[in-house]
Amino acid sequence: MNKDLFKPVITLTCIAVIMALVLGFVHRLTDEPIALAKNQQELDAIKLVTGEFDNDPFAEKMTITTPNKKQKFIMYPARIDGRLNAVAVKSYTNTGFGGRIDVMTGFNVDGSINTFKIISSHETPGLGSKTDEPRFKGQLEGFHPNKQILKVKQDGGDVDAVTAATISSRAVLRAIERAYSALQNFNTRDNNE
Amino acid sequence: MSNTAMNNLTRGIVRENPVLVMLLGMCPTLGVTTSAINGLGMGLATMFVLMMSNMAISCVKKVIPDIVRIPSFIVIIASFVTVLEMLMQAYTPDLYAALGIYIPLIVVNCIILGRAEAFASKNTIFQSLLDAIGMGIGFTLALVLLGSIREVLGNGSIFGYSFVSENATPLLLFIMPPGAFLALGGIIAVVNKLRGVN
Amino acid sequence: MTYLMIFITGIFVNNIILSQFLGICPFLGVSKKISTAFGMGMAVTFVMTLATIVTYLLYYTFLRPYGLEFMTTVAFILVIASLVQMVEIILKKSSPALYRALGIFLPLITTNCAVLGIAILTIQKNFTLIAGICYCLAAALGFTLAIVVFAGIRERLERTNIPPLMRGTPIVLITAALLSMAFMGFAGISY
Repeated sequence: MNKDLFKPVITLTCIAVIMALVLGFVHRLTDEPIALAKNQQELDAIKLVTGEFDNDPFAEKMTITTPNKKQKFIMYPARIDGRLNAVAVKSYTNTGFGGRIDVMTGFNVDGSINTFKIISSHETPGLGSKTDEPRFKGQLEGFHPNKQILKVKQDGGDVDAVTAATISSRAVLRAIERAYSALQNFNTRDNNE
Repeated sequence: MSNTAMNNLTRGIVRENPVLVMLLGMCPTLGVTTSAINGLGMGLATMFVLMMSNMAISCVKKVIPDIVRIPSFIVIIASFVTVLEMLMQAYTPDLYAALGIYIPLIVVNCIILGRAEAFASKNTIFQSLLDAIGMGIGFTLALVLLGSIREVLGNGSIFGYSFVSENATPLLLFIMPPGAFLALGGIIAVVNKLRGVN
Repeated sequence: MTYLMIFITGIFVNNIILSQFLGICPFLGVSKKISTAFGMGMAVTFVMTLATIVTYLLYYTFLRPYGLEFMTTVAFILVIASLVQMVEIILKKSSPALYRALGIFLPLITTNCAVLGIAILTIQKNFTLIAGICYCLAAALGFTLAIVVFAGIRERLERTNIPPLMRGTPIVLITAALLSMAFMGFAGISY
């Protein structure tokens, strides 16, 4: 082998190996906290949108699909003393201003919305991100998608969009609407069986 | 503390501020500063990588042959960025989500490779650490300044504490992309004036 | 239809420079003349497309099956750095004309965050390979569009009497702000 090439190659390899070891070590160290942090985030969201429960929603999670079977969402039942109190549905849409928005929506037993929480989004802070604030959210608490229209007023619905963030508002409503239709689909199928 | 040490520490904070004077690291500067807290988080994250990589590179500067210098630096910097990514995911998941794509992009932040090349590859570990701290503070200060201005004007709040009424309409433009350019342009004009440029 | 939408959104609505803030360094640095700006745009388009394809394949054939997702950043930047070197060597040997046109921009591209950014975003957005290529081509064309338009404005600025306080970087940033504002007008066409 060319002698001039030998030393650089060895050095670079050594550095790469050492750094890989460091990475492997840190990965092992943080693997569990990362998983815990993610779980905790999800659990916090479920707690927020369903209110009280004393079961473990993770153990009972179910996959539900929209009527056209295109989207799969995850549903978490929240029970008190074994009786169904509310369900949380985690749904998403890709129509946000910054792309994908993940939303956790809590539905009461009668099908009305308890509240929702945006789990992750890339909406403009201070604009689209206001869809997660009380002013917009408050309109949807107790909202029944069967009796009212889950759309912004510009589209002939019953919800006021966040000022200057119609696209984000539309997207959030769409994610909730999809969660609702998947839940309806699941319920009717369940009753028929 | 000796004079050179003091000099290395303070240089990056004001005189050679990486953002406002050297115009380095523009992408995260403009991208994450929609609020003061995001600017602070990004600044500290970059400072962590800068400190680690400056120290590591200063450690190994003698054994690296010249022709693989840049690739070695990139491997070292990228590894520390990955370490940071994992730590943030584990312990500050909210901040990690807020800063998003800009965390892995610390790898290509010109400040870090620039300091490795211009300073750490020629100086002792201690001096390199001081340089990294100085540059890191300078970067953080610039980001917090830009973030605060944008948040105050665009959202009527600072560090999340709102000081205008619910119904007030702040200058939304400053939160949006054009506001980043506008605010930074204004800050740099003032800095140039203070430095006596032009 | 989806591909067309990804394409249009990528060029105009989510313009990589003016709304995502990736690749600001070349945008401010290499935009004094239209011809150099165009050269930079082409070089970025070329490298970015290649890099996105290679990193995509690397991620789905190697990193993910072996549970090494946490190495994404390191692996991607190394691939991009070596790719840039390789493109430089190949161009030099096979196409001197193209090398003369793009060569000087290539070393700058390694530390161009747009290339790494798009490679990572393509993975994060769960695109298929075809959609990913579409997305990255759109981003690259958006980059070229923005930098060429910007260079056009700067060529005119050269002959303008600018207030002393705003000379140099400030006026460049303010111009970028106005351009970014103009691109915000495209937001309506997305959905």
